[in-house]
Amino acid sequence: MARARAIPYHDQIVAVFIAASIGWALFGMLAGVWAAAELVFPALNFDLPWLTFGRLRTVHTNAVIFGFGGSALIGTAFYSVQRTCHQSLFAPGLAWVVFVGWQIGMCLSMLLLFAGINAGKEYAEMEWPLDIAVAVLWLSFALCFFGTIGRRRIAPIYISNWFYGALIIVVAMLHVVNNLALPVSWRESLPLYAGSVDAVVQWWYGHNAVGFFLTGGFLGMLYYFLPKQLGRPIWSYRLSVIAFWAFVYTYIWAGPHHLHFNAIPDWLQTLAMVMSLLLWLPSWATMVNGVMTISGAWHKLREDPALKFIVIALPFYGLATFEGPMLAIKSVNVVSHFTDWTVGHVHSGALGWNAFVTFGTLYFLAPKLAGRPLFSARAANIHFALGVTGVLLYIMAMWGAGIMQGLLWLNLDEAGEVRYSFVEIMEAVAPYYVARLIGGALFFAGTALMAWNLYMTMRGARIVQWYAPAHAEASAAARKTKPRTRARKPAAA
Amino acid sequence: MIGLHKLVERRAGLLIFGILLVSSIGGLVQILPVLFAPPPQSSAERYPPLALAGRALYIRESCALCHSQQIRPLLAEVRRYGAASRPGEFIYDRPFLWGSKRTGPDLQRIGGKYSDAWHRLHLTRPRAVVPSSIMPAYPWLAERRVDGIALQARMRGMRRLGAEYTDQEIAEAANAVAGKSELDAMVAYLQFLGRGGAPRQ
Repeated sequence: MARARAIPYHDQIVAVFIAASIGWALFGMLAGVWAAAELVFPALNFDLPWLTFGRLRTVHTNAVIFGFGGSALIGTAFYSVQRTCHQSLFAPGLAWVVFVGWQIGMCLSMLLLFAGINAGKEYAEMEWPLDIAVAVLWLSFALCFFGTIGRRRIAPIYISNWFYGALIIVVAMLHVVNNLALPVSWRESLPLYAGSVDAVVQWWYGHNAVGFFLTGGFLGMLYYFLPKQLGRPIWSYRLSVIAFWAFVYTYIWAGPHHLHFNAIPDWLQTLAMVMSLLLWLPSWATMVNGVMTISGAWHKLREDPALKFIVIALPFYGLATFEGPMLAIKSVNVVSHFTDWTVGHVHSGALGWNAFVTFGTLYFLAPKLAGRPLFSARAANIHFALGVTGVLLYIMAMWGAGIMQGLLWLNLDEAGEVRYSFVEIMEAVAPYYVARLIGGALFFAGTALMAWNLYMTMRGARIVQWYAPAHAEASAAARKTKPRTRARKPAAA
Repeated sequence: MIGLHKLVERRAGLLIFGILLVSSIGGLVQILPVLFAPPPQSSAERYPPLALAGRALYIRESCALCHSQQIRPLLAEVRRYGAASRPGEFIYDRPFLWGSKRTGPDLQRIGGKYSDAWHRLHLTRPRAVVPSSIMPAYPWLAERRVDGIALQARMRGMRRLGAEYTDQEIAEAANAVAGKSELDAMVAYLQFLGRGGAPRQ
C-alpha cells in the first residue's frame, strides 16, 4: 500500500551529470596542467594555434568552471532538492534537456575557444549564440529546481536550497547583464559598454561568478552533503540564516577590488575594499558552522574517505576567504595585483575548496546510487594525499612567485629608477613555475585515480531506486487542495 | 529577524524575490553611477582599420591573459611603462583589454617603443629576441590574410555604438587591408597602442 503511493526520486539524471562532471574535471585539469607546462617549456605548444597558452588557458578555465563545476552543481542540486523536499523532480524531461544541452553547449564552446572565437572577457568568453543557449538552459534548470520546491512536501525550505537558489538567480542576472552586446557576425560581438564601464561591469560579473557559482553553489552542496555524511544536523541553523543573507548582500559589492588603482573612480575602489573586508564575516561564519557541525564526530574521518575531502575543504574555504579580503586591501593589492599571487589565490579556492567538496560528494554519491560500497577506499585515501600535497605545493609556489614579482616590479634604486628589468624578474620566477607544474600534475593524478575508482564502483551497476519517505495521507490530500497554507513541521527524515 | 525569516523560508516566491532584491543592491549602487556618468575627457583616436583588425587578433589569441594594458599610478609603474592610464583613453575599447595578469609586460604604451621589424621577429620567433622568453610563437600570423569583410562589419558595429567611422572609411577599409597579413595587422595594433596618453618619460 505504502509502496504503491511512494514518490520515486529521479536519480538517473544525477548519475549522468556526475559522470559528465568527472569527464570535464579530467579534461579541464589536463588542459590546466598542459598550460602550466607551457609556461616552463614554451615549445610544448608545437606552434599549433589551438594549443598556444592563450587559447588553452581559456579552455582550461571554462572546462573546469562550467563543465566540471557546472555539471556537479546541477547534478547535486537535482539530487538534494528532491530529498529536502520529499518530492520527485519537477519536469524530469526538461532536466534531460538541460543535461544534453549543457554538454553539447560545453563541447561546442570548447571547439570555438580552441578556434580562437571568444568574446575577450575573462570567464565570459563564450560568444553570443552560446550565451543565449546558456541563458535558456539556465532558465530550464531554474524551472526544474524551483518547480520541485513549489511542490515540496515539507514546509520549510532547507538551507542548501537557498544557496542553490541564490546560485541560479544571481548567476542568471550576472550572465545577462555582462554579456549584453551588439552582434556583428555569428562569431563576433561588441559589448554595449566601453572601456572603464566595461571593466566595472565585467568584474561585477567576474567576482560574483566566483561568489555565486564557486561559493554559493558549492555551499549548497556543503550544507546538504556534510550533515548527511556525518549523520548530524547543522550546528547552528540560526548562524546559517544570518550568514546566508549577509553573503548574498555583501558579495555583490566586492567586484571593483579587481580594478584597484585602475582607471575607474576612486570611490568605487574604496567601497569595494570595505565591502570585501566585511565579506570575511559571513564566509568565516559559514566555515565555523561547518567545523562545529563536525565537532564531536571527528572519529568518522578514520572510516570514511568521502568525509575527509569535505572536511579538508572547510579550512581551504577559510583560507581562501581570508586571503581574498586581504588581497582586496589596496596597500596589499599594490603588491599582489597582476602577479601569480592572484593565480594562487584562485586555486586555493578552486582546488582546495570547490574540487575537494565536490570530490567528497562524488565519493558519497557513487556508492549511494550504485547500491554497493566504494570500489577502493585505499585508492580514495591515496587520492586524498595526492590532492592535498598537490594543492599545497601549487599555492605555495604561487605565493613565492607572486610576492616576489610584486615586490621586485615595484623596487626602485637610489636614483628612483626601476632596479630590475621585467625579463630579470620573469627569469627569477621560473623555478616556482616548475613547482606549480608538479603541484598541478599531482592534483590531476589524484583526480584520475578518483575517476577510475568511481568508474569501477559504478560499472555494471543499476541505479538504485530511492523513494521519498511516506507522510500521513490526510495531510497529503490536504496539500492537493491548498498547497503550502497547510504547512507542517518536517517529518523525521 | 528570525521570525521574518520563518516566513521567507516557507514561501518559495518570497525567497526568490528576497534573493533578487538583496543581491541587486550592490550592483545598482556601483554600476548605475558609472553607466550614467558624463563621458570622460578624451583625446583618444578611433582605431585605424588595420589596427582594429589587429585588435580582433589580439582577442583571438587571448594576449590579454598575459599582458595588461593598464598602468597604475605608482612611481615604479610610471617609470617602467609610462604615464598612468586614464579613463578617457579607453572609450573605443569594446571589450576593454586591461587584463588581470602580467606574465609578460604591460603593453598600453608599447606603441613606438620598438620598430616594426622588432615586433615581426618577436611575434614569430620570440626567443630570437629575448632568449629567456616564455611567450608562444605566432608563426601563422605571417601566413594568414586579414578578413576585410569581418573588419567592415566590426566598423559598422563600432559606429552604431558611437565611433564615428564614415561610410567612406568603412567602404575603403576592405581595400586598405587587402593583401595584408595578420602579422601586419597585429603590428599596426601594437604600434597604435598608447595614443591619447602622455608620451613615455
